[in-house]
Amino acid sequence: MHLHKYEKYWLGAGIVGLIVFLIILGFGAFYLGTHPQSHGEIIDPENIEANDAFKPENRGLTKVDEGRYVLNIVASAFNYDLGTDESGAPIKNIEIPAGSKVLVQATTPDVIHGLNFAGTNINMMVEPGYVSTMEVELNNPGEYTLVCNEYCGVGHHLMYGSLEVVE
Amino acid sequence: MVTKNQKHVNTNPESEPNLKGTLISVSILGAILLVTWIGALMLFLLR
Amino acid sequence: MATPANVVEKFSSKVFHNYGTVELSLSKRERRLIMSYMYVAMISLLVGGLMGLLQVLARSGEFELPWGINYYTILTVHGVILALVMTSFFIIGFQNALMGKTIGFSKKQLNWAWVGFWIMLIGTVIAAVTILIGKANVLYTFYAPLKAHPLFYIGITLVVVGSWVTAAVNFRQFYLWKKAHPNEKSPLLAFMVIINMLMWCIATIGVATSMLIEIIPWSLGYKNTINVLLSRTLFWYFGHPLVYFWLLPAYMAWYAIIPKVIGGKIFSDSLARFSFILFLFFSIPVGLHHQLTEPGLDSTWKFIQVILTFMVVIPSLMTAFSMFATFEITGRKKGYGGLFGWLKHLPWKDVRFLAPFVGMLAFIPGGAGGIINASYQINTMVHNTIWVPGHFHLTAATTVVLTFFGIAYWLIPHLTGRKLTDAVNRLGIYQTILWGVGMTIMSTAMHIQGLAGAPRRSNFSDYGGTEQAAEWGAYQMAQAVGGTILFFAILLMIFIFIKMIFFSPKGEQEFPIAQEEDHAEPTPKWTENWKLWIAITLVLILFAYTVPIMDVIQNAPPGSAPFDWPIGS
Ligand code: HEM
Ligand SMILES: [Cu+2]
Ligand SMILES: [Cu+2]
Repeated sequence: MHLHKYEKYWLGAGIVGLIVFLIILGFGAFYLGTHPQSHGEIIDPENIEANDAFKPENRGLTKVDEGRYVLNIVASAFNYDLGTDESGAPIKNIEIPAGSKVLVQATTPDVIHGLNFAGTNINMMVEPGYVSTMEVELNNPGEYTLVCNEYCGVGHHLMYGSLEVVE
Repeated sequence: MVTKNQKHVNTNPESEPNLKGTLISVSILGAILLVTWIGALMLFLLR
Repeated sequence: MATPANVVEKFSSKVFHNYGTVELSLSKRERRLIMSYMYVAMISLLVGGLMGLLQVLARSGEFELPWGINYYTILTVHGVILALVMTSFFIIGFQNALMGKTIGFSKKQLNWAWVGFWIMLIGTVIAAVTILIGKANVLYTFYAPLKAHPLFYIGITLVVVGSWVTAAVNFRQFYLWKKAHPNEKSPLLAFMVIINMLMWCIATIGVATSMLIEIIPWSLGYKNTINVLLSRTLFWYFGHPLVYFWLLPAYMAWYAIIPKVIGGKIFSDSLARFSFILFLFFSIPVGLHHQLTEPGLDSTWKFIQVILTFMVVIPSLMTAFSMFATFEITGRKKGYGGLFGWLKHLPWKDVRFLAPFVGMLAFIPGGAGGIINASYQINTMVHNTIWVPGHFHLTAATTVVLTFFGIAYWLIPHLTGRKLTDAVNRLGIYQTILWGVGMTIMSTAMHIQGLAGAPRRSNFSDYGGTEQAAEWGAYQMAQAVGGTILFFAILLMIFIFIKMIFFSPKGEQEFPIAQEEDHAEPTPKWTENWKLWIAITLVLILFAYTVPIMDVIQNAPPGSAPFDWPIGS
């Protein structure tokens, strides 16, 4: 099989380019630790409260240290449970100071969901039987909408909340 | 209906067509792939 | 020209004799079969396009769906009928035309091909009914544990089974041809059809397994729970090759039909075959790239499949080069020199060329977006945002669909014994432009909106009134404008189909099949080492999937019961 000289250049450059892309991605992932969400912890979807993180009193935002937070979320059709305030009303908006590190942990008692704080890198599938987790540093102040971006039923577009990253 | 045209074995594999335009075109394509990818990477890193 | 004996001897053991491409003519019965596939594809296009229009209108927030129709019923129809039905019917019809033209059908083979058609059609009708009565609002990916009516799954499975029957016929045709022509290379187009069907059969084993041993028994109540992640992994084992099953027929036309339309020759028979072999290898062991943000799958194996995904870029790079080279060589031969002078010779006013060409252009941003989607952690930025539909309306709904239209302009008159008239040609050019404009607007809006975080698969919502949601609204409007233009393009296409089928003057429309250069380099025999190609494909699949699937099974959480109330049934 004969390759034209220029085709050799093109394929050579193309392959080198792809390898460079992969090296950059691999370096980011395996050296700097920016993997997409891949948590393997399992949970009984019919008894999510067996896991401490998803007990009603532990849902929502908890400050664990200076600049460090844990955010436990239960996604269900068609609601995000972000905990309750002092009066017992469900929380829909969360505030975090810019520069904080947040560990987001989520699960679902029913069907699959897509948990995304739009405009941030917190974007992960939530599936029955698994705990999804992601740790991010929130540096850019602003308001980010919490949406469900995987179809979970006819009220899918009515699952929301918001996150305010404040100076 | 069957039509057959007899073909011959290439006796002169050295002659290469002029593909300068193709080389430039694919280079532009490569540049587009490179620029969009780097753009996406930057946006990802800034978030 | 005489060939020196020593040269023949030197090559003959390792390369095929080249007798040129044999062209048969399609019998009446063959034509009827292929047209039947085309009718289903056309009706699907119209129905799917109408759903698309309703989607963009609903998403704009300015319009409510009438008669209480559910957005997700519409979206399920759109995805199923366009991504699964329209594509597979057009492809199988077109591939049967290629097989009939290069190898031919025996009477018995044709009967079996009809069996395949009817199984697919019955499956389609069954699935369609369950969707239309609102019992299958699960979208075309039917992710468990959402549960549709069992007949929805059975219908989809029948569509796959019907395609297997046609695949078996195509394999049989090819096998008998190879036996009768031991030292000849197979016709290029038949070779490509066989590669695509092999890939399809190996890939559909994934959904079929998931349907038969998991989803169908579970939806019928014979099994209480389902392993959700396993069903998803098997789905995407099929889902990625599905997109290559759409793309490869477009590549068949690019490699072996477009050169004839522009008055040129095939750039390189061997390279075309080699790129298809690479597609066979690397289309399947990559499905995890659709599951990059999922729990329960190991990040190392995700990364390995990302590497394999990048491998499948290479045959597309080869294809890009071949296309430009075909254009340039043909142009130079016609006397158009210079760096880009050869562009001038291209038959811009011939819709058989223009429509696929616009499709090729769309593949530039489409491919660029695809590499971004596959880029492991960068995927997190776009995963499940409306960027993704923006991406595949370029690749599938433009590159593939416009190439299919480009084929239809000559295939349908050829089948119905009519001519492609100047008037239809002109309408076709308007159609192509309309599609290009509409899609540019809609897809660009989707891409930007997706980067801004807007979710896909979602009815209009103000998301509690956030500023971001208001910003998305502006792009939803642009999307509605583009989508409306696209809908008119679909109406025009349907008008063109009707004109071509019923009203064009009788005549013989050419079935363009490109030939090789007279002095083309012979094709090496290793290109048809089928056993080796299948073995490598299977080894790659086993390599990429054994550990992840074992992991999903062995570390499985308690299974999920079926959920039907979230889909409103
Ligand atoms: C009139 C032309 C079209 C319009 C206006 C249109 C519009 C849309 C829109 C707005 C969506 C996103 C809906 C959402 O995520 O909420 C969508 C999804 C989709 N479209 Fe189209 N589209 C058109 C043609 C096509 C064609 C020709 C194809 C296939 C070849 C196609 C395949 C798909 C698929 C597979 C989805 C994904 C469905 C899902 O997420 O379940 N579309 N379309
Ligand atoms: Cu949802
Ligand atoms: Cu894919």
